[in-house]
Amino acid sequence: MADTDTIPTSNILSTTSTIPTTSTTSTIPTVVADGVDIVYRVNGTGAGRGSATAALNRILRRKKTEQAAGVRKVHAVRNVSFTAYRGEAIGLIGTNGSGKSTLLKAVAGLLPVENGRIFTDGQPSLLGVNAALMNDLTGERNVHLGGLAMGMSREQVKERYQDIVDFSGINEKGDFITLPMRTYSSGMAARLRFSIAAAKDHDVLLIDEALATGDRTFQKRSEARIRELRKHAGTVFLVSHNNKSIRDTCDRVLWLERGELRMDGATDDVLKEYEKFTGGKK
Amino acid sequence: MSQVLHSPPPATTGTEPRTDTPTETPAQLAARYGLSVSGARPTLRDYVRQLWARRHFITAFATAKLTAQYSQAKLGQVWQVANPLLNAAVYYLIFGLLMGTKKGVPDYVPFLVTGVFVWTFTQSSIMAGTRAISGSLGLVRALHFPRASLPLSYCLQQLQQLLFSMAALVVILLAFRVPVAASWLLVVPTLALQFVFNAGVAMVMARIGAKTPDISQLMPFVLRTWMYASGVMFSMDRILADRNLPAFVHVLLECNPAAVYIDLMRFALIDSFHRDQLPTHVWAIAAGWALLAGVGGFIYFWKAEETYGRG
Repeated sequence: MADTDTIPTSNILSTTSTIPTTSTTSTIPTVVADGVDIVYRVNGTGAGRGSATAALNRILRRKKTEQAAGVRKVHAVRNVSFTAYRGEAIGLIGTNGSGKSTLLKAVAGLLPVENGRIFTDGQPSLLGVNAALMNDLTGERNVHLGGLAMGMSREQVKERYQDIVDFSGINEKGDFITLPMRTYSSGMAARLRFSIAAAKDHDVLLIDEALATGDRTFQKRSEARIRELRKHAGTVFLVSHNNKSIRDTCDRVLWLERGELRMDGATDDVLKEYEKFTGGKK
Repeated sequence: MSQVLHSPPPATTGTEPRTDTPTETPAQLAARYGLSVSGARPTLRDYVRQLWARRHFITAFATAKLTAQYSQAKLGQVWQVANPLLNAAVYYLIFGLLMGTKKGVPDYVPFLVTGVFVWTFTQSSIMAGTRAISGSLGLVRALHFPRASLPLSYCLQQLQQLLFSMAALVVILLAFRVPVAASWLLVVPTLALQFVFNAGVAMVMARIGAKTPDISQLMPFVLRTWMYASGVMFSMDRILADRNLPAFVHVLLECNPAAVYIDLMRFALIDSFHRDQLPTHVWAIAAGWALLAGVGGFIYFWKAEETYGRG
């Protein structure tokens, strides 16, 4: 995390460089990022700034003393440009705090960009239905609630209900779907969440380290599902620290380091460089 | 913070960029394929359409919240009815028995319970609205939906809660021998208008609360003041009768939306609460408040749609 106000002057990478590796990849762009900068403003940082008088001071004199009153700017993503095409699965890699999740949130339209613009085809959705689910409700009602929250119609939810339950494998060890979600193990809950989120055909699907959940069987199944989602003409973005799952699912990789796009290319090329950078294979 | 890893110079991939036209800017490319800017605010008409498309989510979310509320309690959903009844009992103890406000108010218990229930509907809708966005940040940051779904859903939850209370109220009314009358049907339009009013105020508070979460610390005090000025547990006419207050204060207190909805409900349900206890043009005032808050609150909320859940 860097506390800066400098903006990189040059971007060595070309704005659009992709490797058409698979036949499913078309030339129809789905996401175009044009010189994207994302800056977080964090309140109440700095020594002794958490006191009541400092807070009051900050409210009263907000405009002038943003810096002095302990508002820190964190430049999380700097001048990132890329174009994603229909049918692509793009991996996002980089060390912790390099801006991967932030970029994903901005593509989803959930974070404002400071400079530049992001154009999308339809509404990209973050694979994160968990916020809509309630632990006190049964798995069954959560499937309905989650489906509706993602914008499915009641009929669609009803139609896919059985598929979702079967895919999650929640009922493999007994009738757990009619129990409240608070009784689930963390693995079971994660499986159900992924199953609900993956039930919808998304135009652009953004996945933030969701594949790390569940046991090996379930991970295999999720990867297969992601490949299937890609076939339905969508674009998939995947953030992961697991180079193997990136290699298994993605054909193109964006490498972010300290907010900057270091490399954009075919999975094998980028991963080779990345592994050299982080020191050895994972 | 200093850099730990020594970065090698960034390497470009050996392939040519696959631009459709080499000179095309990203914006032009996006325009050619009809891509839209991510996270932009929809037009008011689109917004209403999106909201309508999410109506099932709004109702499902409200019902889910309501059921989840008491799911860990042994008595479960019994609390839906027991809670408002206990609330009314406390007010009866203080205002009815200890302070003697019931003197001169016929059918005091139905009068009080109606007031408490109707007021609680407005109060909890506004409180829930204040936290609708700031308390559901996880949801707002993860999924796309018209954000007005949240305050609306919370208000709907309160309406469902009120319906439970109304069932208890009917039992109380019958127990105190309040005659069943045709005027009971007026409950429906009264509730409809009050719901629109509550939802409007909740949306205004949701926008303010999203920007300044501190407001939810302040609201209980504002709401309590409002409650005492609305004649929830005493008759305002009786309190003001022997005071020499300027006329505009009377008008202000008469037009107070909470008081209007409470008195309309009393007029609808309680036989001994007469038409002359209501302000003139009471329905016009009730509808006017609903329209003003409903439309105004909705537009005010929509104006900041793209900013919710950020920062």
